[in-house]
Amino acid sequence: MNGIGPVVPFRIDLSTLVRRSVASLYSHLVTRPTGQALRLGIESQICELGTPCVSVLDFSQVAVLDYSCADETVAKLILRFRKEDRPADAFFLARGVSEHHRDTLEAVLDRHGLLLVAEVEGEGRTLLGPVGDLERAAWEALEHRGSAAAAHLADDLTAPEPAISEALASLADHRVVLRRGSPETYYALTPLLAG
Amino acid sequence: MKVIPVPQTLEERTFDALVQALADAGAGRVLFDARRVRWVDPYGMVGLLAAGEVAAQGGDRPALQLPDSSEVLSYLSRMAFLDHADGIFELHGGGRRGRSGGASDVLLEITPIRSYDDIHVVVDRVNAHAITILTQQLQYPHREAFQFGAVLSEVCQNILEHAQAAGWVAAQTYSRTPRIERRVVKIGVVDLGIGFKGSLAASLAARHGERWSDVVALEAAFIHGLTRFHDPGRGQGLKQIRKQVGRWGGKVSIRSGTARIADVPEWDDVPPLQERLPFFPGAQIDIVLPARIGEEAADRSAVTRGRTPGRAV
Repeated sequence: MNGIGPVVPFRIDLSTLVRRSVASLYSHLVTRPTGQALRLGIESQICELGTPCVSVLDFSQVAVLDYSCADETVAKLILRFRKEDRPADAFFLARGVSEHHRDTLEAVLDRHGLLLVAEVEGEGRTLLGPVGDLERAAWEALEHRGSAAAAHLADDLTAPEPAISEALASLADHRVVLRRGSPETYYALTPLLAG
Repeated sequence: MKVIPVPQTLEERTFDALVQALADAGAGRVLFDARRVRWVDPYGMVGLLAAGEVAAQGGDRPALQLPDSSEVLSYLSRMAFLDHADGIFELHGGGRRGRSGGASDVLLEITPIRSYDDIHVVVDRVNAHAITILTQQLQYPHREAFQFGAVLSEVCQNILEHAQAAGWVAAQTYSRTPRIERRVVKIGVVDLGIGFKGSLAASLAARHGERWSDVVALEAAFIHGLTRFHDPGRGQGLKQIRKQVGRWGGKVSIRSGTARIADVPEWDDVPPLQERLPFFPGAQIDIVLPARIGEEAADRSAVTRGRTPGRAV
């Protein structure tokens, strides 16, 4: 139990979904219309769940990912669920990310100032996108603990608590960690996948 | 009928001569005389098709005298040039020329890009073969070779999103070219659409007033990533192409209207920016990916070692 109420792990195989989301049987994630169809398919599946979820975007079967498709699928998906009027309470985590996906994902995330938790081949779990040193350190410390208050992470990092609070708030705003309760406790996404 | 000589080596560098000859020919029926052609690349082939389309806009179907060289003719056939040329030109010569016939050494035969579905077909068709060529013949790392499909997709999307017209794409590998003594992959993409100046006019022309021109439009798109769309995610496709091709020590050039802009690697000597070229509609893109030499660093960049246009918009 994670102690924060039900957060459902939800895996989305992008290579399979793209086949269902667009008219033809495409095996690569290329072109902007494909990305739009894919995003709408993901949104629809998340909304059908009707509960907060951590959605795993699985790239392991994706051979080609172009910038336009990544912009529509990943960047616009994250932007949509960062908004106050988001259609559901969803968080995203990328899995099966290879080096050639990473370049493209970093480019679209940088362009929009977004962050994404990703499991990158040969590197493990990391944070993609434009992130400051302190934010990254706070995120890594939280991943290690699973959940923590700002004060505990400040102790772990021997950093001032206000600075760590600010870093965690920024990570929560980017929806790469969960923030719940009062006093606030922060939760890393990946342990939530275990349910 | 006026005769337009097709250059002996038909590629991006000689395309302007073909365009100038077409402009000089003026109105009336023309004959493209390709008998002396000895070497042609994807850009040259799709460029010749486009020149034929432009010539046909006057109402008279142009004629094309095919190359005398059986080797060149065979190559044109394998690249499906003859299939497409048949619909544009009245073909002459070429003896017992055959139609393109299935499997061959061709990386990507001339393919029309009319819809996003065509781009999927192109990427599906070429990706596995391209990865083999890039890794085994050009010595690119496997992880980077995967980006070829993304580059091809973005360059084709450029046709649909900015030209508002159909176009053609083709790609082939060569053991050497007139410009570089290394194995290369060449990609040629041509459309006859509204060009970069037309595409960006609504959003940028007023700001530039009398300075608004093909070269300013090319700089805006190529260097600054500007686009007619208000979406901040748009306009980045060319930037990604430049970044990836630069990593491979390659060349990207775009000709549109009366100007050409290019990232020029150290092995080439064309100017990064050319103005006052003979007018040709749409946009024509040339991409050259050379084989890596020895211990070239993975992050080697033609953009930083070579020359890139840098005038501010």
